[in-house]
Amino acid sequence: MANEVVDHGRRRFLTATTAVVGGLGIVSAAVPFIKSWEPSARAKAAGAPVTQSLKKIEPGQQLIVGWRSLPVFIVNRTPAQLATLPQQDPRLVDPKSDGSSAAQQPKYAQNETRSIKPEWLVMVGICTHLGCVPNFVGEMKPEPFDPNWQGGYYCPCHHSRYDMAGRVYQGVPAPKNMEIPPYNFIDDSTIQIGVDPKGAA
Amino acid sequence: MANVFTNIGDWVTERAPNMMPMYRKHMTEYYAPKNFNLWYYFGSLAIVVLVNQIVTGIFLTMNYNPSAAGAFDSVQYIMRDVEWGWLIRYMHSTGASLFFVVVFLHMFRGIMYGSYKKPRELVWLLGMLIFLVLMAEAFMGYVLPWGNMSFWGAKVIVSLFGTIPVIGGTLVEWIMGDFLPADATLNRFFALHVIALPLVLLLLVVLHIAALHEVGSNNPDGVEIKKGPKGNRWDALKPADGIPFHPYYTVKDLFGVGFFLLIAAFIIFFAPTFGGWFLEHDNSIMANNLVTPAEIKPVWYFTPFYAIVRMVPSFLGTAVWGVLAMFGAIAVLFLMPWFDRGQVKSIRYRGTGYKVALGVFVIAFLGLGAVGAGITAEVIPEWFGNVDLTTWENAFGRLMTLLYFGFFAFLWAYTHFGWEKTKPVPDRVTMHD
Amino acid sequence: MTKRQITMKHFLSSAALALGLLVGTMPAHAEGESGLLKSGADVRDQASLQRGAKLFFNYCVGCHSLKYVRYSRISEDLGLSEQEVMQNLNFTGAKFDDPVISHMPAESAGKWFGKAPPDLSLEASAKSSDWVYTYLNTFYLDPHSPIGWNNTTLPNAAMPFPLWELQGMQTAEYKPGTNEVEKLELSKPGKLTPAQFQQATRDLTSFLEYASEPAALQRHHYGIWVLLFLAFFTLLAYMLKKEYWKDVH
Repeated sequence: MANEVVDHGRRRFLTATTAVVGGLGIVSAAVPFIKSWEPSARAKAAGAPVTQSLKKIEPGQQLIVGWRSLPVFIVNRTPAQLATLPQQDPRLVDPKSDGSSAAQQPKYAQNETRSIKPEWLVMVGICTHLGCVPNFVGEMKPEPFDPNWQGGYYCPCHHSRYDMAGRVYQGVPAPKNMEIPPYNFIDDSTIQIGVDPKGAA
Repeated sequence: MANVFTNIGDWVTERAPNMMPMYRKHMTEYYAPKNFNLWYYFGSLAIVVLVNQIVTGIFLTMNYNPSAAGAFDSVQYIMRDVEWGWLIRYMHSTGASLFFVVVFLHMFRGIMYGSYKKPRELVWLLGMLIFLVLMAEAFMGYVLPWGNMSFWGAKVIVSLFGTIPVIGGTLVEWIMGDFLPADATLNRFFALHVIALPLVLLLLVVLHIAALHEVGSNNPDGVEIKKGPKGNRWDALKPADGIPFHPYYTVKDLFGVGFFLLIAAFIIFFAPTFGGWFLEHDNSIMANNLVTPAEIKPVWYFTPFYAIVRMVPSFLGTAVWGVLAMFGAIAVLFLMPWFDRGQVKSIRYRGTGYKVALGVFVIAFLGLGAVGAGITAEVIPEWFGNVDLTTWENAFGRLMTLLYFGFFAFLWAYTHFGWEKTKPVPDRVTMHD
Repeated sequence: MTKRQITMKHFLSSAALALGLLVGTMPAHAEGESGLLKSGADVRDQASLQRGAKLFFNYCVGCHSLKYVRYSRISEDLGLSEQEVMQNLNFTGAKFDDPVISHMPAESAGKWFGKAPPDLSLEASAKSSDWVYTYLNTFYLDPHSPIGWNNTTLPNAAMPFPLWELQGMQTAEYKPGTNEVEKLELSKPGKLTPAQFQQATRDLTSFLEYASEPAALQRHHYGIWVLLFLAFFTLLAYMLKKEYWKDVH
């Protein structure tokens, strides 16, 4: 009847329960949609480790290979280029890669040359500023952007500069050294990108 | 908490005085007749399916590749490589079929209770436009997976336009952008399916509901509650037989939605192809312009209309008559409000002639569906042995076609010449539960 | 009898009629051709899937690819380790994440069989499990066929029977005076008994059914929980509706 007493407690309880259960349902239903944005099986397959022979890379040259759709720079650094690295330290943001750039390389590459073997630089060629691919300017000669250029990388987008170990110079927009991917040497002249060396997880 | 909402409400009202009352107008202050029965669930269910189609559709486009070379592979990519892609696709494909289930029942409800009659003709016309756009939307969506049924379905349906005298051939090439369904066809159907038609559909749905709320809902008794006595426990000026849409019909529809989702989830998880009815076997084969599937038939929801095309023979050297009949079958539905001159709305108080005619109309619709789906072609030899299938099928199909159109002719004569003997309509709505 | 009972009864009987019509017509539609054997394939039977995979990679992959199925997915879904898959199933040197691609070049296949062997990723959904199973059980020696074999399910099939070692050889008994096959007889037994061979083809059919829709495993896994949840929600909504509708008379 219209003048029947309404049980407000029961009504509130049922409303709240239905709302909570329904909300739970909507949240659960959203999960598959959110998860569908994760890398697909195809993307993961394409992101599988890449094996690359180093035989044809002359000293001073760079080869770019694709890994997980990222450009990976592989550089055969000359002794002269290696010799300049310690000299750059005062001009760099994080020369030892243990400050702001501590997470930019695996432990086994956290050294002066940022590599497993000194001459071989293996690095994800993505500027840490806004993701452009920096140009490789290996020659040690005065450049318009730096009269004292000792070889390294120069980003065309916002003029960030890195040295021959991908360490970022002070006074440029990029905040961190470029990233070193996990990699290992299968033998002296073959590397595998995407997998840590045995025993170094 | 409640305070915050009130403040936001006040803030909005200050800047847009008519925005907050809009919610009230369509929810708490929209008074719907209190005697809605089971048939009145399908409107809100159609909205639920529409939302489902839009959300899952958006996520499908994220991985679908609209090209003749890549479409089929990309659907398998969604089914296998994309996390949960299979669920999203099955929700979309099942949703498409359930959309038509719900809409057919919703339309039948309208016919049964005379909801198309004055003053609701505009609501009916807008609803019919929705139905028309929905058919186009469904057809184009069906082409996108680029299976062999998609391809040949596209070819056959587009060829319907080829029967138009003089311009037909040019028109078909113009629609396809090629001489066969091809890359160009797939790309334009994709654009229409995901952008153009959904926009039109949404607009029409808003207009359909707005037009409905202007005149108020009909009900199983066909009584105008606005003309009845005023005053109920919520408002002294509102119809006595009305109840606020919110909370009474929102909670009722919520229950309907739960039940509907239960059925939908069962299909999605345990029978997504529905025995070849929702997703057809031949669509697991990539489009092949050299091999026609053994049995070409449209998806189930098009079968009644498709059957009409097949049942009308060509004469005077053109096949346009079948196509005209098919569009005519939809056109007569548009004209329902003018075929039916009767004053009584609900089937509950209408003459026996109307009840029988509506029953026959339902049988004709299902019978045509059976012809279009190839069921008669299987059943006739089974039941009657070695008979001439074409003759029998045509005889049956043509009879059903005549009955389909006959319903409208009968309805007009029955009401126009005053043959209908109606029962007295009560002043107030009646409650059954 | 009150009005309420009449409408309810009406509704129920018409609903039952509609459902009956639907169910009655469905199987006829789904089967397509009659006369197929029941496969009894079950993708939830993991042991059967593993045996079926083994058969596929021993007898079929020489010519047929599963281009939409990755080895890694087979490993995950069939409960096989990466090592087991790479050693026992992958004979082409493909990577673990690669799809199953036959090594047979399409051109030579076309030359040998008149047409390239089709990819079998979607065979079970394009035909049906029953069709695949029946097909595998209806090969027979046919001296009139250029390849020496024929099949009653797919007459003039281009494929010579690859499992003859297992089943043995069937020959046809024709209806008197016609070319119509009346029944098939096992004229030369193979390595397996007829019952074992039926089980083997059932396993192979299960595997192909799995390959056509790997998601079926997830569907069954999650489906039951979704249904239970929705049933609970619907019950709550029903109680809520009942509570509010106490106001309405």
